[in-house]
Amino acid sequence: MIDISHLLVLGAVMFCISMAGIFINRKNVIILLMSIELMLLSVNLNFVAFSYHLGDLAGQVFVFFILTVAAAEAAIGLAILVVVFRTRQTINVAELDTMKG
Amino acid sequence: MYSIYLWAALAPLIGAIVAGLFGRVIGRSGAHWVTIIGVAIATILSFLAYKHVVMDGAPAFNGTVYVWGIVGDLRLEVGFLIDELSATMMLVVTFVSLMIHIYTIGYMADDPGYQRFFSYISLFTFAMLMLVMSNNFFQLFFGWEAVGVVSYLLIGFWYQRESAIFANLKAFLVNRVGDFGFILGIAAVLMYFDSLDYATVFERAPSVLGTTIEVLPGSEWSVMTLLCILLFIGAMGKSAQVPLHVWLPDSMEGPTPISALIHAATMVTAGIFMVARMSPLFELSDTALTAVMWIGAITCLFMGLLGLVQNDIKRVIAYSTLSQLGYMVVALGVSAYAAGVFHLGTHAFFKALLFLAAGSVIIGMHHEQDMRKMGGLWKYMPITWFTSLIGTLALVGFPGFSGFFSKDAIIDAVHHSARPGSGVVYLMVLGSVLITSLYSFRLFFLVFHGKERMDEHTREHLHESPAVVTVPLMILAIPSAIVGWFFVVPVLFDGYFGASIYVAPGHDVLAEMAKTFPGTAKFFMDGFFHWPFFLAVAGFVITWLMYIKRPDLPDMLVARTRVINDILLRKYGFDELYQFLFAGGARGIGGLLWRFGDQDLIDGFIINGTARAVGRFAGIARKIQSGFLYDYAFAMIIGLLVLMSVGLYALI
Repeated sequence: MIDISHLLVLGAVMFCISMAGIFINRKNVIILLMSIELMLLSVNLNFVAFSYHLGDLAGQVFVFFILTVAAAEAAIGLAILVVVFRTRQTINVAELDTMKG
Repeated sequence: MYSIYLWAALAPLIGAIVAGLFGRVIGRSGAHWVTIIGVAIATILSFLAYKHVVMDGAPAFNGTVYVWGIVGDLRLEVGFLIDELSATMMLVVTFVSLMIHIYTIGYMADDPGYQRFFSYISLFTFAMLMLVMSNNFFQLFFGWEAVGVVSYLLIGFWYQRESAIFANLKAFLVNRVGDFGFILGIAAVLMYFDSLDYATVFERAPSVLGTTIEVLPGSEWSVMTLLCILLFIGAMGKSAQVPLHVWLPDSMEGPTPISALIHAATMVTAGIFMVARMSPLFELSDTALTAVMWIGAITCLFMGLLGLVQNDIKRVIAYSTLSQLGYMVVALGVSAYAAGVFHLGTHAFFKALLFLAAGSVIIGMHHEQDMRKMGGLWKYMPITWFTSLIGTLALVGFPGFSGFFSKDAIIDAVHHSARPGSGVVYLMVLGSVLITSLYSFRLFFLVFHGKERMDEHTREHLHESPAVVTVPLMILAIPSAIVGWFFVVPVLFDGYFGASIYVAPGHDVLAEMAKTFPGTAKFFMDGFFHWPFFLAVAGFVITWLMYIKRPDLPDMLVARTRVINDILLRKYGFDELYQFLFAGGARGIGGLLWRFGDQDLIDGFIINGTARAVGRFAGIARKIQSGFLYDYAFAMIIGLLVLMSVGLYALI
């Protein structure tokens, strides 16, 4: 029987994977965006798990909001990505260091 | 009478302001007219004051004119004290000043700074009058500093000359040293007597007798001695006594009328006047008076010696002034204030005369001041020659001339004095008579007699100076010759100065002298059979031998006494010592503070150091800013974790 702890562990593992994706990835901004999506999904999973466990639908409603925002964010993120590529001819994360002090 | 005193002081000030600020508008003749009229008014009013106080015997005027400020119980006032002493000084100052104003028309005729010069000398007259007329220490100090400023301005009158600028700075700095002592003395007066008013201070003076003050830990000083010595340090600065004498010879860089007015006749005697004025204080301290006497004697003898080796005509007279000031100070030191002030008066006339005569010679020689290039001038400038002769005779104290009465009185007073060391001082002042005679006749012979050593061009143009120059000479020659006859008895013995000079009963050497004084005519006759006369004649004979009969003798003498000559030429090394010790020391300290204090400590450490520390810290901090997204994300996560941990920790 799957209980809440399994779901929470899965969510945590997904979150950690996506975090590692952000840190370890030094190549591609697209992977970075994907990691962020994955992070959001792991959070969603937590919401759904608690919603189910507590019998409160509000958590699942919240998931829809997050998915909507995530979709918008992905669209904007990709658009920015295209612009970055146009101006700098690269989307290599290691080369995007304009903020270096 | 009040308005007479006020206008006597203000008339020269108005002249100075008009000539100084509107000199361009009123032009050259306007400038000399306005200042001469101002000083002439002051002279007439001074004469009226003199007549009122001295001749008619009216009581002294002592009143406040204006209250400048009140601080607690301290009142800073402008006030006049017109008694016999100040009335005499006023008359001498304004009279000599008037003569010099007239003389200046001739002397400065071609100078571009004509109006400025008249403005300055008029301002000087005002300042000097304020000094002598004052009835309190505050105004005395004002006058004291004001004459110092004008002296500074006039020594550096030809401000494009490097040497003039050096000389006026030197005069100013040396006077600062004296004034520092003076202001400390005034502060001590205020501290112990709680007043700056002369009358109040003198009245309260005996109350501090026996009080002591610990100046340095472990050394107790009598308050009166300390106070008098501090005040006398001021007098040493202004009256150029050893060791603060170094500025006076250099002050000869100024125009000659100034040398006559300020650096011979009036301003340098301010110290003498001040000590005479403070006689009720000085009389209470034997120690201070002894110090005064010794300083005077040293100045008198050793500064006179320096006059023997100078070749600049004005410098010889400058050293002679130092020596004569020494006489006056000796007189003060033996409590013969009246004799000191008497010599001050006669000296003002004959020294102004000698300086103006020297100026006349300088005009004739086309601004050549080296006596080795003169000689035989008596043919070309008879009036200058004759007036110089009178001045010289007065200076050496030839019986009958004014200097004889005043100087012999001083020598006699020293002889009668019971002050410690007065025996040695007596020999010193007696020796100075010989020295005086030597340098005076040396100057006289070198300039007016002997071979004509000037170049042909100068000789062709030699002629007597214009009337504006010679008339003041002749007018000054009269008092130089005869003034002694009328004043010797009243001034020295008949209480001419009344209550304005106080002499303690045990100190009264003049009363001692009065007992044996044979009367003016007999005194004059006796003058021919006393040491001073023999010494003066000896000086005359020696100089005549050396400069007229055998002009090769001086060089031989110099060759024989090279060491002494060297010491004299270097003026005992005072200048070098001060240059090295004080000027060099001050520059050294300044350099140290500049390099270490300012450049290293303030600029280097505090200011640039702060900036550098910020820079260095920022240099380290900027390394954290890698610019890579993943680093920021990592920092964010870590931060979040930390915050959450803290939050959770607080919950548990």
